[in-house]
Amino acid sequence: MNGSLHLWLIPLLPFVGFLFNGILGRRLPKWLVTTVALLAPLAAFGVVVNAAATIYIHIVPRCAPCGPPNWGYISLPYIETCSHPWIDIGALHIDFSFVLDQLSLVMLLVVTGVGFLIHVYSVGYMKHEEGYARYFSYLNLFLFFMTVLVLAGNALLMFVGWEGVGLASYLLIGFYFQKTSAANAGKKAFIVNRIGDFGFLIGMFLLLANFGTLTFTEIATKLGQDPGWQGGVVTVIALCLLLGAAGKSAQLPLYIWLPDAMEGPTPVSALIHAATMVTAGVYMIARTHVLFDHSPFALGVVAVVGAATALFAATIGLVQNDIKRVLAYSTISQLGYMFLGCGVAAYSAAIFHLVTHAFFKALLFLAAGSVIHAIGGEQDLRKMGGLWKKLPVTFAVTTVGVLAIAGFPPFAGFFSKDAILYAAFAQGGSGRALWFVGLVTALLTSFYMFRLWYLTFLGKPRNEDVHPHESPFSMLAPLVILALLSICGGWIGIEPSASWINMERFSGLLAPVLGARAAEAGSAQLELILSIVAVVVALLGWFVADMLYRQKPMRPAELAAVLPGGYKLLANKYYVDEIYGATVVKPLLGLSTYFLGWVVDTGLLGGAVWLLGGIATFAGALLQRWQSGNIRSYAAWLAAGAAAVLLFLVVPWPAVLASLSAIHLGGAGH
Amino acid sequence: MNSMFSHGVPLSYYLLLSALLFALGVVGFLIKRNLITVFMSIELMLNAVNLSFVTFAHEWHAVKGQIFVFFVMMVAAAEAAVGLAIIIAIFRARATLAVDRIDLMKL
Repeated sequence: MNGSLHLWLIPLLPFVGFLFNGILGRRLPKWLVTTVALLAPLAAFGVVVNAAATIYIHIVPRCAPCGPPNWGYISLPYIETCSHPWIDIGALHIDFSFVLDQLSLVMLLVVTGVGFLIHVYSVGYMKHEEGYARYFSYLNLFLFFMTVLVLAGNALLMFVGWEGVGLASYLLIGFYFQKTSAANAGKKAFIVNRIGDFGFLIGMFLLLANFGTLTFTEIATKLGQDPGWQGGVVTVIALCLLLGAAGKSAQLPLYIWLPDAMEGPTPVSALIHAATMVTAGVYMIARTHVLFDHSPFALGVVAVVGAATALFAATIGLVQNDIKRVLAYSTISQLGYMFLGCGVAAYSAAIFHLVTHAFFKALLFLAAGSVIHAIGGEQDLRKMGGLWKKLPVTFAVTTVGVLAIAGFPPFAGFFSKDAILYAAFAQGGSGRALWFVGLVTALLTSFYMFRLWYLTFLGKPRNEDVHPHESPFSMLAPLVILALLSICGGWIGIEPSASWINMERFSGLLAPVLGARAAEAGSAQLELILSIVAVVVALLGWFVADMLYRQKPMRPAELAAVLPGGYKLLANKYYVDEIYGATVVKPLLGLSTYFLGWVVDTGLLGGAVWLLGGIATFAGALLQRWQSGNIRSYAAWLAAGAAAVLLFLVVPWPAVLASLSAIHLGGAGH
Repeated sequence: MNSMFSHGVPLSYYLLLSALLFALGVVGFLIKRNLITVFMSIELMLNAVNLSFVTFAHEWHAVKGQIFVFFVMMVAAAEAAVGLAIIIAIFRARATLAVDRIDLMKL
């Protein structure tokens, strides 16, 4: 080994894939496009695994007598500077540096690993679509920017990745750009994200103004040196960053773009709008957690936003009929969980949930894609049903995903959700309220996921016209792998202890980055009780769904009829889009059309241009008379000009002026 | 001053005469309609300049000015030859020499 982990390869490989397929893909045979598109993320994943293995070998002693961990030449955080300095203006020094630590390693494994699986799945899913090469070049571009985001050692480089994934997201949401709704959804996602990015930018400017650096480690050092950094400007910075995170991670009040983002192809929803990109906000908060640690108020806001979003989105998810929209609201709700975890300073629990969620939500989306693929593009749950016999593999993996998200042991979601709820409860005080909200959300989650499960796979087929067929192997293989990860993914957090399993291992892994949490007394027992409560709640959700959608299929319609107001409110998503339309979009459009468009553009700018043009025309009309075509008038002007020059040169003006003023003064003197 | 002007006609007289001749030429060029008169006005201006050249050349004992006068005379002679030929041609074609009427090139 030559002493380098070659981090720069991780973003570069997908970028090469993007360039290759983006420029040449249209003219190349499909197999070549596929090969390049799959090799790029696979190779990047290989580099990440190599880095992880190297670090593992150097950190973990292989035998007890070996003594303390031998770190060798690699110590975390491992920094690889590609350009030094990248930007160097006055007091501003920014390096183009990648940082590998425990946090970014975990993220990278998820991004490239799950990313590769979804690439494989896409080969089957997109086989018959137009723009096959374009699709894969966008997907590779996304991986490039996402890995830059994760590896970034400073806020500016992170922002580059941040904007880049936004671009890739926009391109992929609007992949079917000939469909108006898809094009509009892409624009909506892009514009709503701009609002969040505005917060991120302001946060960066404030960081620069107050700390003079954007490097995460230096900010942490400076914050640690001076205990005076508390609240105040730190709160403002943290809230600005939170706005950015809320935009990217679809939290209240900026979540509205994510449901519409389901216009993109389903694997895109799985990769970008469930597993990786939307978790960038959580990652960013974890990355900048020192700021939040120094501002209890901002931390509280994060927790409240997360809990509110979790509950809010879960209630909307109850009544949606589009299978992808149910999953979209579920994603928003689960992201709310992660924010809740961050908000109670349980960053490692939030990251843990991020990882398991990436597994099971990617699984659920891909399974939904498999269902949609099988029945010819239908997404309406009401037209599905009884598919389990026709799609046995899809049914099996969906079941795993549903059990995982609902939080049944030993599936992955149980451990991570439990860790967040436990952290909230252990905080005491208002944390108990947050825990309760989380628990209610868990109930709703379990209900709507089993509703989806029943409506899709069980009961009688509601549409006899379709002849479903199981998906090809290239789609099923990633599903099975993700299903296995959804089962086992949570076990990485288990550390068998005397009384009860606990989550120490995962948070112990991330502790060097995220800080160790003080262990509470009697935590094992409390955690056991809370786990049992959570499982009971999940069972309750299943039971209700079972009652409504299996035993008495007419009951949901009756319920909706009994509570027309409530049902309509939820079915219309609390009219949030309409409210935003009336309060934000419409005034802005009016302002743009009438004030900016008419007054400023047509009136001021157009008027200024017209004025200048008018002056030129008028002056030209005047001077035109000079060009009479009469030779003698030209000669006269020539003579007059010569006379004027002569007068100017011959007469000694200073002397003349002096004598003139002397006469004038003399006259005044008398 | 040791020149012949010092006890005869002063320098300024020659220059004034030159300026007068030049001004006459300019005015004649501007107000006369007959092409031949205009042409003669131009000659008058040229010779006014010649006069001042000679004056200065003599005053400062520099021969350059006198050489320039020969150049000007040569050009004027050539110009007279071509110009008079053109004037005759115009008169034959249009039976007038009034400059206002010779305006075929005007838009």
